[in-house]
Amino acid sequence: MKKRYLFIALLILSFLSLFVGVSSIKPLDLLDFKSEETEIFLISRVPRLVAILLAGAGMSIAGLIMQQLSRNKFVSPTTAGTLDATRLGILVSMLLFTNASTIEKMIVAFAFALAGTLLFMQILDRIKFKDAIFIPLVGLMFGNILSSITTFFAYKSNVIQNMSAWLQGDFSMIMKGRYELLYISIPVLIITYLYANRFTVAGMGEDFSRNLGLAYNRIVNIGLILVALVTTTVILTVGMIPFLGLIIPNIVSIFHGDHLKKTLPHTALLGAIFLLICDILGRVLIYPYEISISLMVGVIGSGIFLYLLFRRKAYA
Amino acid sequence: MIQVRELSKFYGKKAVVEKVNVNIHRGKITSFIGPNGAGKSTLLSMVSRLIDADTGEVLVDDHLVNKMKSNEFSKRVSILKQSNFMNVRLTIRELVSFGRFPYSRGKLNAEDLRIIEQAMEYMDLMDMQNDYMDELSGGQRQRAFIAMVIAQDTDYILLDEPLNNLDMKHSVQIMKILRRLVDDLGKTVIIVLHDINFASVYSDRIVALKDGQVIKDGPTNDIINSDALKEIYDMDIPIKQMNNCRICVYFNS
Repeated sequence: MKKRYLFIALLILSFLSLFVGVSSIKPLDLLDFKSEETEIFLISRVPRLVAILLAGAGMSIAGLIMQQLSRNKFVSPTTAGTLDATRLGILVSMLLFTNASTIEKMIVAFAFALAGTLLFMQILDRIKFKDAIFIPLVGLMFGNILSSITTFFAYKSNVIQNMSAWLQGDFSMIMKGRYELLYISIPVLIITYLYANRFTVAGMGEDFSRNLGLAYNRIVNIGLILVALVTTTVILTVGMIPFLGLIIPNIVSIFHGDHLKKTLPHTALLGAIFLLICDILGRVLIYPYEISISLMVGVIGSGIFLYLLFRRKAYA
Repeated sequence: MIQVRELSKFYGKKAVVEKVNVNIHRGKITSFIGPNGAGKSTLLSMVSRLIDADTGEVLVDDHLVNKMKSNEFSKRVSILKQSNFMNVRLTIRELVSFGRFPYSRGKLNAEDLRIIEQAMEYMDLMDMQNDYMDELSGGQRQRAFIAMVIAQDTDYILLDEPLNNLDMKHSVQIMKILRRLVDDLGKTVIIVLHDINFASVYSDRIVALKDGQVIKDGPTNDIINSDALKEIYDMDIPIKQMNNCRICVYFNS
């Protein structure tokens, strides 16, 4: 899995993605700047592509950081309650401010995502029995508890319809003016890269980190803030994308190990590629309708996840 | 020299380590021995700042460890704990490179690279430097960790039961390496050991703990005798002299 090949694949898929859709746009149409095609292209197709790339890379990196910091290969925003905490945060923001602006939602949801993830890490600390499978199960339970709280209050205040929109990841709603929040993924990627060595060291445990003079708690907190930021922006703009943060880092780890400085570009690229493939398939399979991205990723992703689970016995 | 002064650690009301005073001499292997729950690992963790002491102080070369910057400290003292973090997939070379982290923060310069090579060569790991840690045997893994500590280049090397889960051959191999680190490179090694005979054969000094207190502290020959061992372990242990080694025959006592 060379970076070069991944990059070429990404370019080809991006090109495909730009020209797949209900209204047919050919590259030549774009030469006419004022045509309807160009307009659709700029308002819908390009934002969609950018959103997919940012969300794919961002969620994969978020998963990578979480796996590193929790020292468990099966922990990710999906299996640690981060996604559910974010949704609870969105609900709270909608109840608190009747017409919450995106930024208000963002801040409240971010706070909840961070608090939820921190809580999960606290639970992790207290669990004596650290089995690789047991921990994500605890995370899923924790997430389900949060999720039921969200559902309960959503029913009570009649916003359940509104909430389910955040449940299903969907790129068909993405257009100019509705995805720009996702650009937060870029500084997150950069910071992660700068801190890559520290995250790798932290991934080897508190004692190990302290031996090397690393401020362990600070690094963990920075990591969790980055995770919460990415998760929040993705949920607010696209919706939930399950499994992505789980399977991508695992696949990269099999080939390239866990040295973050080395694996970070691969993880980001592969995440974007995987999400692009799922999105293109979702758009083509029942053309002219669309299968939502969370369903596509869910089906393909859970298959890969199962494969990883069975494979684990072979090498771990 | 490491000086431990009146060091205590309480868990709840129970003192795990109580008012311990001990000096650890430079250029020697000092073994911490004692029954389970005597506080050996806790003491080692406090000396290496992994956990905070409740009372007392530790001085490394006359510097109070609590006053030292963590970066400075990690250039003087390294600790290897018995651990199972091998769900992280790193190659031996990557792991050993992290030994330079206190110096380089991950940006390795030529000097760092030279030291990393040297450390791997010293531990005879050059052939497998690109193998992943999770695919190694217990003995190879332990050697890789020691190579990392060598790359960290600290005067003091602390090890918490490094022979755990190793077979006889690898245990001997590791102890010989530690001996060489002291004799060839002038390091100071402090090691928590369970097997009294490894302590007897390889260490210069022994510190015996029991119920959180130091009950014996001296050159190995002063500690490895039936009277002292009776006090430490509550067992009658005959000592046999073989090839200049004192072997404690505790199996049927």
